[in-house]
Amino acid sequence: MSVFNQSRSRIIRFIFLLAFIVIIGQLFYLQVIEGKYRQLAMDNAVFAKVVWPERGIIFDRNGKAILNNTIIYDLMVTPAEVKGIDTLEFCRLIGIDTAEFKKRILEARFKNTAVRPSVFKGLLTKELQARFEENSWKYPGFNLVERPLRTYPFNAAAHILGYIREADTRDIENSGNYYRQGDFIGKTGLESYYETVLMGQRGVQYMIKDNKNRLVGHYENGAFDTASVAGRGLRTYIDIELQQMAEQLMSNKVGGLVAIDPKTGGILAMVSGPNFNPNDLTGSEGSKNYSRMVLDVTGPMLNRAIGGRYEPGSTFKPLGALVALNEGVITPEYGYPCGGRYTLCGHGKPQCTHAGNGHAANVRLSIANSCNAYYAHVYRLTVDNPKYGNVKNGYLQWRKYMNTFGLGVRLGLDIPNEIPGLIPDTSVYNRENANHWTSCTNLTLGIGQDKMLTTPLQMANAMCIIANRGYYYTPHFVEKIDGETDEDTTLMNRFRIKHDVLTHIPDTAFNAVIEGMNDVVKFGTAKNARIPSIEVCAKTGTAENYTIQDGRRIKLPNNSMFVCFAPKENPKIAIAVFVQNAGFGATWAGPISRLMMEKYLNDTLMPKSKEDLERITKTNLMPAYFKRAQYKEDSIRAFKWYQTTKDSSYIKRYVQADVKKSNAPMPAGKNKPVKNNEAMMAMLPDRHSFLKTVGSKKS
Amino acid sequence: MRPQNPAISKGIDWSLVWIYLLLVSIGLTAIFAATYKEGDAVVQSFIGFKTDYSKQFYFFIISFVLGFVILLTDSKFFSATANLLYAMGIFMLLLVFPFHSPIKGTESIIKLGAFNFQPAELCKIFVALALSKYLSRPETDFTKTRSQLIAAGIALFPAVLTIMQSETGLALVYFAFFIVMYREGLPSAILVIGFSAAALIVATLLLEKITLAIVLTSLMLLVVWFTRRWWKRKSGLLYSIIFVWLLCVGIQFFVVPMAFKKVLKLYQVERIYSTVGKDVPAEYVEAHSNELTKKTDKKKDIDYNVRQSKIAIGSGGVLGKGLMSATQTRYDFVPEQRTDFIFCTVGEGFGFAGSFVLLGLYLLLLFRIVTIAERQRSTFSRSYAYGVASVFFFHMAINIAMTIGLAPVIGIPLPFISYGGTSLLTFTIMLFILIRLDADRQMVLR
Repeated sequence: MSVFNQSRSRIIRFIFLLAFIVIIGQLFYLQVIEGKYRQLAMDNAVFAKVVWPERGIIFDRNGKAILNNTIIYDLMVTPAEVKGIDTLEFCRLIGIDTAEFKKRILEARFKNTAVRPSVFKGLLTKELQARFEENSWKYPGFNLVERPLRTYPFNAAAHILGYIREADTRDIENSGNYYRQGDFIGKTGLESYYETVLMGQRGVQYMIKDNKNRLVGHYENGAFDTASVAGRGLRTYIDIELQQMAEQLMSNKVGGLVAIDPKTGGILAMVSGPNFNPNDLTGSEGSKNYSRMVLDVTGPMLNRAIGGRYEPGSTFKPLGALVALNEGVITPEYGYPCGGRYTLCGHGKPQCTHAGNGHAANVRLSIANSCNAYYAHVYRLTVDNPKYGNVKNGYLQWRKYMNTFGLGVRLGLDIPNEIPGLIPDTSVYNRENANHWTSCTNLTLGIGQDKMLTTPLQMANAMCIIANRGYYYTPHFVEKIDGETDEDTTLMNRFRIKHDVLTHIPDTAFNAVIEGMNDVVKFGTAKNARIPSIEVCAKTGTAENYTIQDGRRIKLPNNSMFVCFAPKENPKIAIAVFVQNAGFGATWAGPISRLMMEKYLNDTLMPKSKEDLERITKTNLMPAYFKRAQYKEDSIRAFKWYQTTKDSSYIKRYVQADVKKSNAPMPAGKNKPVKNNEAMMAMLPDRHSFLKTVGSKKS
Repeated sequence: MRPQNPAISKGIDWSLVWIYLLLVSIGLTAIFAATYKEGDAVVQSFIGFKTDYSKQFYFFIISFVLGFVILLTDSKFFSATANLLYAMGIFMLLLVFPFHSPIKGTESIIKLGAFNFQPAELCKIFVALALSKYLSRPETDFTKTRSQLIAAGIALFPAVLTIMQSETGLALVYFAFFIVMYREGLPSAILVIGFSAAALIVATLLLEKITLAIVLTSLMLLVVWFTRRWWKRKSGLLYSIIFVWLLCVGIQFFVVPMAFKKVLKLYQVERIYSTVGKDVPAEYVEAHSNELTKKTDKKKDIDYNVRQSKIAIGSGGVLGKGLMSATQTRYDFVPEQRTDFIFCTVGEGFGFAGSFVLLGLYLLLLFRIVTIAERQRSTFSRSYAYGVASVFFFHMAINIAMTIGLAPVIGIPLPFISYGGTSLLTFTIMLFILIRLDADRQMVLR
């Protein structure tokens, strides 16, 4: 009966075939023509896992490691695996409350999903880590993950070494996306300058991940993996024991200290006061300490040795003499009849501490007695040199000298954030004096005043020029790089060029300046810098300074300054010490320099020096005005906080203190401190944006 | 392999057996690739009955033994017990309602010890047998509409029960039996109407209601214009054209939206729309507002499944990555990859070449069955053979089409390849009954 329908078998076959053709067609499109799926699959399943290299180590001149790599632990949580734990006990162990626990789990879930680990508590203290390890079996889903960290065994050289931080967006952009989120990058100091050397080379392991982004194995058995190359070490000139002592000496003082080996330009020690312990910026308390220091008006984060502006005062005088001698406007025998003040400009300034005739009868004596009139006059002679036609050209010539000495320009040492100081351009004087000025206008430049500003590093370098009798090497920390490559050599070549800056001076003229500086120690203002058996050359300086606070101009104690080098023949160390608001140059900066020289040249301290070390260390010379400045800063910040959050808990204490004095009205607002943003969270519309806020708050 | 007893092996179509064994081995390999994880103890897992591939291997042994038993059975047995078996199948389907296990998303599974037993899957065999039995009755005159309706009823009754168990995909399979009925004399018109209805529904999804109405109206006017010579003579034609037009517009305006709003679940609507690559219109979403909480997840899931499946297959390229280097399928990117999406493993591991071979194998199987069907002397055997071919075809075509984004995701397994004891057992039994019947093709069965 159905045999008539046999032709239908062909139609059925045709339907079957049609379906196959359609399917094959789509498969051909997906698998052969369309190429994007291969890439999509790679993105899906292959994860380029970065293997961080060990960062390079920095050594001092004796091969001691000034910093080291160590490992600290992050407590990670995988929320999906957290099951059946005693939350209360866990919270007690970690030291948080259960609300905080819930919040962190929620955050982790949101950031990284429930199946991937995220940081629950970063940078565990050693104690906490040990406590957790003992009990870790009780807490599934929690585990410790290693994190490399810098440690500083000598607790010293914070400003020199700088610190490392996770690269931010700008770093990543600047590097052409070489750095990635989570990479560490040197932010300041040597860590930053020698970043390319220290960071080493990142390795990549291509890992296969599954649908939940868990890594399950090596892609193609690691055929495409590259190993990481550890960062290379830096061999520096730093004498870490000297550095430690210098930091001790500068503690509780504001100022800068730089010690250089004049023969090489290698920096032996560099301190800025107030200082901080580099270990404070790492570890679990790191970010807390960082914010505290950033807000401190005394500026512990500022490296005053290269970033502080100081009038050099009398410490400049030897340089003034050298310029004049090089220009040939004076000879070593040139004298000036100073009667206690400089009279040739009509106003009788500057005054001089000495009045006796003959105290400036030649260059040597003028330095030993630090005659102001003599140097004001020598400056005038230099800039009014008929050779240059007028004072402006003469001044430009003088300024050029300053710049070749490294004053008014950045010397370009191997840590960032150096400032140039100031040797003003003629335009400044033109503007201020309606284009009419003479050498009398700025004659105090000759005694290191007027608008001249220098850094301790620049003055230490100036001492090198004198010690070396006419040349210097750009100051730098790093002597050599381990396994130096061609690239490193170009980086280092800058520091290997000899700068001859005073070529026209005969040795006798240099001798006059150097002997004069030696006399300062022997008979003059720097007697307390004397070291038995070592010929020390030095110059003291004292600069007046003022500040404006609460609308009043206050005279602050003088800045104490001291520059020196030793020994006189074949000098090994040149030092500049600036201590802010500490009095005469000889009082504090002098003994500090002496201790430095003694320690470096003799390797030990005399019993008397040890007493001095003790005494200076204990002395607190922090200027009093900082206290008031800090109070103002804090109260302004508290007010801004109040303005943005309407939380009056911080402003309150300042208002109440002031309320007694003036009857200013109390700002209205909640008195309770807002804790952990909980109040803010409650106001936010939904969970999504709430988590976002918390997330950004943390970062 | 050849049984010793010549009486059993006599008349057996060995090509079907070989294709069967080939497909099952491909299936076992694919399941192994999809579920094996580095470091699994393979031998231990076979003994311990732990992993999916070892389970499937035992299912295969059981199925093969059962197939052998079927070959030993008298072929008259199947035609004699067809109605009884059908009744039993319906009974099992009904049993599911009170006794189904609490597995998420389905109410069609009974738990028997370690096995999940799915009567809806097994019932296909009984329907194929019962339908053949009905068609082969001497008193059945299949040219009559009444017989056609009864045949459709036999095929679709289990489908209704299956839909009630939330297994729409499995229910759709029963529509495959229309191919059998077509072969046995169902008017071509029904097939044409069926395709037209399908085309209309797809058009409803793709076009705006008004646009489609305009298209349909202009189509109607065109037909009226071209047939003007005939309908002038016979006015009934004009009325029927207008009736068809009204019907189409009615379906388009009322029936389809009604179905999407009231009958189908939101996730099903979403699957259908995701196949044509469109978002679900707002009015349907609103109609299902009580399901909205689940909606976002479901939507993402469906898109995710098909997307991952396409990535896996597409990344296989021409020659494939090699089974064990197929990253997408081996690391669980494709959901349900050992069951409904097993084709991804083949597509990624062996590429276009491998997929082509597999599809070729299926086509060979289907054509072979059609050839076998046409050489039967008894209507029972022929109808049964077409039933087997139709069910295999439907499963294969829809399953592969859904993995490559050509069909909506309905969970039906790929014959002989997908993981699953009941499905392997069902397909094996179906095939071996066919082989048994074919061996006795000289006999006329009633």
